[in-house]
Amino acid sequence: MSDATLAYPPLPEGAVRRIGVGWWGLLCAVLTEGALFGYLLFSFLYYSVQLDPAWIPVRYPSLKLALPNTIILLLSSVCVWWGERGVREGRRGRQLLGIAAGLLLGMVFIGIQLKEWHDKPFSLRSGLFGSLFFTITGFHMAHVGAGVIALALILLWSALGYFDRRRNAPVLIAAMYWHFVDAVWLAVFTVLYLTPYLW
Amino acid sequence: MVTASAERVPRVASQADVSASELDEIWKTKPGITGWLSTVDHKKIGLRYIVTAFAFLLLGGLEALVMRVQLAQPDQRWLTPEQYNQLYSTHGMTMIFLYAMPILSGFSNYLWPLILGARDMAFPRLNALSYWIYLAAGLFMYAGFAIGAGPNDGWFNYVPLASRTYNPGMNEDFYALGMIFLGVSTTVGAVNFIVTFLRTRAPGMSINRVPILTWGTLTASVANVLVVPAVSLTFFLLWMDRQIGTHFFDVSQGGQPLLWQHLFWMFGHPWVYAIVLPAMGMVSDGLPVFCRRPLVGYAPVALSTVATMMLGFGVWVHHMFATGLPNLALSFFSGASIIITVPSAVAVFAWTATIWLGRPVITTAFLYFASMIVLFTIGGVSGFMTASVPVDWQLTDTYFVVAHIHYVLIGINVFPVIGGLYLWFPKMTGRMLNERLGLWNFWITFIGFNLTFLPMHLTGLRGMPRRIYTYPPGMGWDELNLITTAGSFLLALGILLLLINVVRSLRNGAVAGPNPWDAGTLEWATPSPPPPYNFRVIPQVASRHPLWESRLQETDERSFVDYGMVLDHGRETAGTTPLDGEPDIILKMPEDSYAPFLVAVAASAGFCGLLLHVWWLAGAGLLGVALALVVWLWPERKLGQRVGLQHV
Repeated sequence: MSDATLAYPPLPEGAVRRIGVGWWGLLCAVLTEGALFGYLLFSFLYYSVQLDPAWIPVRYPSLKLALPNTIILLLSSVCVWWGERGVREGRRGRQLLGIAAGLLLGMVFIGIQLKEWHDKPFSLRSGLFGSLFFTITGFHMAHVGAGVIALALILLWSALGYFDRRRNAPVLIAAMYWHFVDAVWLAVFTVLYLTPYLW
Repeated sequence: MVTASAERVPRVASQADVSASELDEIWKTKPGITGWLSTVDHKKIGLRYIVTAFAFLLLGGLEALVMRVQLAQPDQRWLTPEQYNQLYSTHGMTMIFLYAMPILSGFSNYLWPLILGARDMAFPRLNALSYWIYLAAGLFMYAGFAIGAGPNDGWFNYVPLASRTYNPGMNEDFYALGMIFLGVSTTVGAVNFIVTFLRTRAPGMSINRVPILTWGTLTASVANVLVVPAVSLTFFLLWMDRQIGTHFFDVSQGGQPLLWQHLFWMFGHPWVYAIVLPAMGMVSDGLPVFCRRPLVGYAPVALSTVATMMLGFGVWVHHMFATGLPNLALSFFSGASIIITVPSAVAVFAWTATIWLGRPVITTAFLYFASMIVLFTIGGVSGFMTASVPVDWQLTDTYFVVAHIHYVLIGINVFPVIGGLYLWFPKMTGRMLNERLGLWNFWITFIGFNLTFLPMHLTGLRGMPRRIYTYPPGMGWDELNLITTAGSFLLALGILLLLINVVRSLRNGAVAGPNPWDAGTLEWATPSPPPPYNFRVIPQVASRHPLWESRLQETDERSFVDYGMVLDHGRETAGTTPLDGEPDIILKMPEDSYAPFLVAVAASAGFCGLLLHVWWLAGAGLLGVALALVVWLWPERKLGQRVGLQHV
């Protein structure tokens, strides 16, 4: 068949931007992790509709720490997005600064969340609500922890000069994961903190 | 010349002009134990999956035989109730979780890159990880059984019987942690299939040109990604209730057993489809080979595969008809469960039409595939019956349901798998399975299977409950149970003949050559067994049957299988667009690596720590996993994950 001809255009090699397989793998991970939180929140809502409202130890959850903390987490996503744009535009300073700021805000979120946990009048073992509350927020904290490690790694790799305008897939992947963790928090926050006000 | 440009025009050449030894050097696995532990070759991993899953099938079969001996006659008590409980629970766990899905992952792992025209799966190291974790989780779950602490509450493990109050031993802890562990393997494997399907098909292989097997496995994988978290979560909640002191299923605190049932069956029912759809795909691809014509109704079959799964997400409550849910919910789920027979029927009609319009060659593989249509229909009808709420109320928890699940799972999983083995064994080993022995194997298995499970419908209609360790005489069940036990031993004999055939043929089977069945898809364009790199050049695909084009004359376009991209700058394969299969990247594939094995070892240590409450071990396992993952994910120049990829 060598009389026939085949010609292909120039093709990028390896993990270039979002064309590589890593990005697609991340999307699948987001799908399955998103489903996990879906089942967690389903369990919470299942009991919310099945049980008397008195199952909540504190009828209206306090938003004093949770609301500012939500804003901090959203801000961290904005910072990471800004740093991510930096790497795509080849501006190294902005890239480092954005990721570092996002990482810092992520750690602040964890700190405030620990304080929030400490102040709760119920615990993981004290009753059904406590078990659900601490398991759901605990799962989220574990994801924030993984996200913080991912941000720290891409900060380190960025500082080592691993990435440029084209070769930056790990940054885009870690940043997307971080946005996902923040989006999940919005769902968790809405269900655990806001829906009790509706009943 | 050394360049650092990020783009390259792939060299195109005829297969004869490409050095096989150079490609072999790039792709081969090192000999010895180092290669054995670090290989990422999808063919080796696929074979490991198949062998391991088959070993679990035999174990699960032996457990069933022991139970059948007890049930052969009324009032036998040589197995105690507790032993019987562990046997049927372990039998279910083994067949459903450790055999049925992994065997299909094995076939798909082995076959996908070959039928898609790629050199490996999208994530070769993840592939190795999913096998090692499967093996580790299987051993973990069986360790409980080996020390007399196997699961003892059925494979769906309802609370409150599974809670610590009523089940204080370690049985449920082995099962719960093992299932969470196994879920990791299933999930990463599913992600790998999805991305492989979307990104590594040969140029020109648009999604309407892929074999149906890939549709089946893709659909199952998407489902697994969405539903495995439900079962992992619910087993985790159960374990926390038992060992940490939470109250998720604690009735005294308002916890409800029905939450377990919802979470379990939201997973469980899609899982049932996940363990049959890829096998149905094997039939859809296998029958045409022996009917000497393309599958009738490719598009309806592909679409009905996906439609089955979409409906399959909305039928889980039919496992809970007898739990006192509101009538509206029962009606909805009953309707959905009845409608789901429509896409299944599409496949049945397509297969029947393929045989009808083809010129069937009666081989062992053909018999397994064709008989599957009959068994599927019987299992489908009994499923349709129990989709009706009043019928289900009469039949639930009787042997009728046991008959149904076995017609479905043996009929639509084991029969296609054995047929698939007869079909693809030559590709995997280079040798043919013996046809004469194959026919004995088929007929004894087929008769034994029906002798075992057909009477069970009647046993169930006569009211025999499932999961009882013995029964009194004179209930009208005696003869039926004796027939079933006799049938089960005949079935076992059939499987034994298969094993004998495999062992004999490995040594002295007829040499197969690249395409012994004269089949039309890409895997048959490679030598048998295929070399480590699969294809010397990446094929360019123009139809569903690249090797049958000159005979079918469907269009003027022709595929190229011995002329195409060379891609030999290290391990490489073509990356293509998700729908049209246009090349858009050269994917750099990783070298062999110990990281997957080490992650599995560290995770095993962590799960043992959780089981035994050795918390430092659990922490050390987690740390080990994290460190191995950092090493694994560290951006590599050679893979183009960081700047500085150079090539000569």
